[in-house]
Parts: sequence; structure tokens; C-alpha cells
Amino acid sequence: MASRRQLITDPVFENNPVILQTLGICSALAVTSSLKVSLIMCLALTSVCAFSNLSISMIRHHIPGSIRIIVQMVIIASLVIVVDQILKAFAYEISKTLSVFVGLIITNCIVMGRAEAYAMQNPPLMSFLDGIGNGLGYSAILIGVAVIRELFGAGTLMGVTILPSVANGGWYYPNGLLLLPPSAFFIIGGFIWVLRTVKRRQREKVDFVIMDAQVKEHG
Amino acid sequence: MSEQPTSPDKGKSKAGPLRAFLALPNEDPRKMVGVAVALCLVCAVLVSAFAVGLRPMQEANKVLEIRRNILQVAGLMRPGVPIDELFKQVEPRTVDLRTGEFTDAVDPNTFDQRQAARDPALSDALTADQDLAGIKRRSHYAVVYLVKDDAGQVTTVILPVHGYGLWSTLYGYLAVKPDGREIVGLQFYEHAETPGLGGEVDNPNWRGQWPGKLITDENGDLKIHVVKGAAASGPEGAYQVDGLAGATLTARGVDNLVRYWVDKDGFGPFLKNLQKELAQDG
Repeated sequence: MASRRQLITDPVFENNPVILQTLGICSALAVTSSLKVSLIMCLALTSVCAFSNLSISMIRHHIPGSIRIIVQMVIIASLVIVVDQILKAFAYEISKTLSVFVGLIITNCIVMGRAEAYAMQNPPLMSFLDGIGNGLGYSAILIGVAVIRELFGAGTLMGVTILPSVANGGWYYPNGLLLLPPSAFFIIGGFIWVLRTVKRRQREKVDFVIMDAQVKEHG
Repeated sequence: MSEQPTSPDKGKSKAGPLRAFLALPNEDPRKMVGVAVALCLVCAVLVSAFAVGLRPMQEANKVLEIRRNILQVAGLMRPGVPIDELFKQVEPRTVDLRTGEFTDAVDPNTFDQRQAARDPALSDALTADQDLAGIKRRSHYAVVYLVKDDAGQVTTVILPVHGYGLWSTLYGYLAVKPDGREIVGLQFYEHAETPGLGGEVDNPNWRGQWPGKLITDENGDLKIHVVKGAAASGPEGAYQVDGLAGATLTARGVDNLVRYWVDKDGFGPFLKNLQKELAQDG
């Protein structure tokens, strides 16, 4: 069994839910045009993931197998509503920007995936840490994407001007593409490329090879 | 204690019905229903507790947000001064858009113009040539905000405006001087235009062009326009606002909605009445 520290660090570097398992991409595209919004989203997802893992793990011996997915969904959905309510009360402007994406944490495969794959088999504390670890793994990617998108797309970070844009009398021509959701695809793709070049172990096995030689023989 | 006579584990059933229940095999239908009901109860209580407990704060946030927008468009925001304090100089009033008169038919603090515009009893459909702003229906009432100085004189009138841009309906406030001619500010609080292009309607530099522009000329003819490229220099420039590069359609939408709301089907009659009223008071 993994050590407690590994539970936190593994999902960030070794087994990142976004990069290696390509889960949770939807929200990573939608909310990363500004760093501040991304940070709140990361916080929301990490807490939902940690507490859903914790509560599912606590009652794991009593969850009937045939309704376990629904049980998990009910717990996750309740936690998401709670998080949404808290955001509306304490971070109103950001909750407006995040709008539907907080609610969509319910369908985020990372939360559901960890509940099903880890919390159903492991004790509460370990599950809680695993939830935090995976939340951080997701956060690391989101923050990375958001920094690139906000800095080069708008010339700001956390709303503070870093590269003064031409529209505001500076010299920087913002890259409008970076403010649109598709740019996050390219950035995440770039991250995956870099990570798999550095850590060759993370490359997927090639499913099939085009039979170049045979074609020649028969042709 | 004989509640669970068929309990497989008789030893544990002595410790109470809960134990007995938990000792049932997970696939037992009673346990399945029991777990589902218990879970739903716990989750429902949790969710309701948070929703009810936090509602006052959420309502306060919504009111504060509207007030912040109103103060911003009128140029009344002062850093460090609480919004509620600043808002004391602002008075919400309901206007009947059909007559252009103030009315007490609906409470300005609770009236929801967007909802009213969907209700046939509270709104009129617009014909194609009336519907410059692309809003389809116009509610009978609208809530305007009057900013008063210490002497009780109206200094700014804030009108709620909305209209279709490229992708979305833009919702905002237009602040004008009580003469109904000079613009004090235009600001949108909700839209879904392209970030970096149409979304530049939020750019403070672009918004900064609006104050001081004139809606009509001396004869009362509607002159204000968002123009492509830069506004003309000279006297015509007073009626023109630079378009947004790369956002022709959003800029046209803003042009249309401003021209719609200050004209006869929008607040035009109200602005005329207001001048008369203020002239009498003065």
C-alpha cells in the first residue's frame, strides 16, 4: 500500500488524473481563461473529491453493490451543491463566472473515478488523502493552463496587468485564441507531450503497428 | 427486538435494531432500501441546512452586485466607502414604459423585468421594425434609478438596457443626465460575447468614451451611434463612439440597443416627461 505522502504526490506527478488518465478535461477547457477562477475551481474540486472519498470510504462496508454508483452520485451531488451554495455566499462574483461548471463537478470523472476505484476499497483517512492528492493533480494542470492562457491571452495574472496590452496603451498584442476554450486543448496536449518525453514510462503501449513490410511483400 | 426474526446473525441482533440492520448482507433488499433512504435523508438535511443557512448572505450579495453596477455606471464608486453607504443617494422608481410616467403599480425593489418580459400579461410583443435591439418582448414596467445630490436635485438617471449582440443578450445600465441628452456612462453586467473581441465592451478604456456623448441634437433628433473605426472629430464626434475592432456585430448590437432604449419604444417618453417634471420643480 502506498505511503501517505505518496497518496498526495503520486497523482500530481506520476499518475496525473488529467494528463495520464485524461479525466476532467471538460472543466479544464472551460474555466482556465482566468487564474483566479481556476484557483477557486481547483479548491472546489479538491474539497469535493476529498470529502466524497472520505464519506464513501466510511460507509463502504454497507453500500450495496447494486446501487453503489447511485450512492456515490448522491454523496457527490450533495457535496457539490454545498460547495456551490458556499461560493454563492462568500465569493459571489467568481461563482457567477464559474456558473454551471461548479455544478458540473458532479459529472467530473476524477471525483467519481476515485470514489469507485479507491474509496470503495480503502480506509477513510487514506481515501481522504487520495482525494486531496487527485484534486491537487487536477489543480496543478489547471493552474498551469490558466497561467499560460491568462498571461498570453490577456496580459494579466490574477487580474493584475503583467504585459500591458495595446488596447490599454501598452505594447503587448494579446493572443485572442488563448482566451477561447480550444486553446486549452493545445496546452494540455503540450503538457502531455512534455511529460511523456521526460517520463517515458507514461507512454501508452502502441496498440497496433502498420504492417509496412507485409504490404510490400504482397504488393 | 424481534423486529428482525430472519436476521442471519442472531448474536448481534441483541445489541439493537441498528446493529441488526447493519449486519444484514449488503444485497438484502431491506438493507438496500434502508441504506438508500438513510443516505437520502442525511444528504437532504445537509443540503437544506446549507441552502437555508446561507440564503441571507446570497440575497445580500445579489443586491450588492446590482448596486455596485448602478454606482459604477453613474461614476459614483469611491474606493473604501461601503456600497450601501454610497447607495443612499440613489432612489429606485418604477416607470411605466407605455406612458413614460412614474408608477407605483409594482414595487421597484422586487420587480423582475426579465421575468416580466416573458409574461404576456406584463409585456408587449415588438414588431420587427420596432425591435431594433432584438429583445422580442418589452415589459410594461422598468425600474430606473435616480441619483440625487444633497439638495435633493436629480443629477443622474440610470436606465436598465438590454439587447442582442453577436452571441448573447447584453444586459447593462445606461446613465444619463436629467436633460436626457448627455450620457454619463454605459456598462454591461451580463453578456456572453467573445472574450477579447466583443467582450471588450467591458474594457474600461472603451467604456470611458461614453461619458459626455450626446444622444440627441438640439432639435431632439436621435444622433448617437457606435461607428466603425474612430469617431469623427469636430461637432459630429459628440454623437459618435468608436466601434470595437474585430467585434463589428457586438458593436452594432450595442449601437442598436442604446438607440432603441433612448427612443420612443424605450425610455424616450419617460426622459421627456422627466424634463417637464424637473422644469416644474425647478
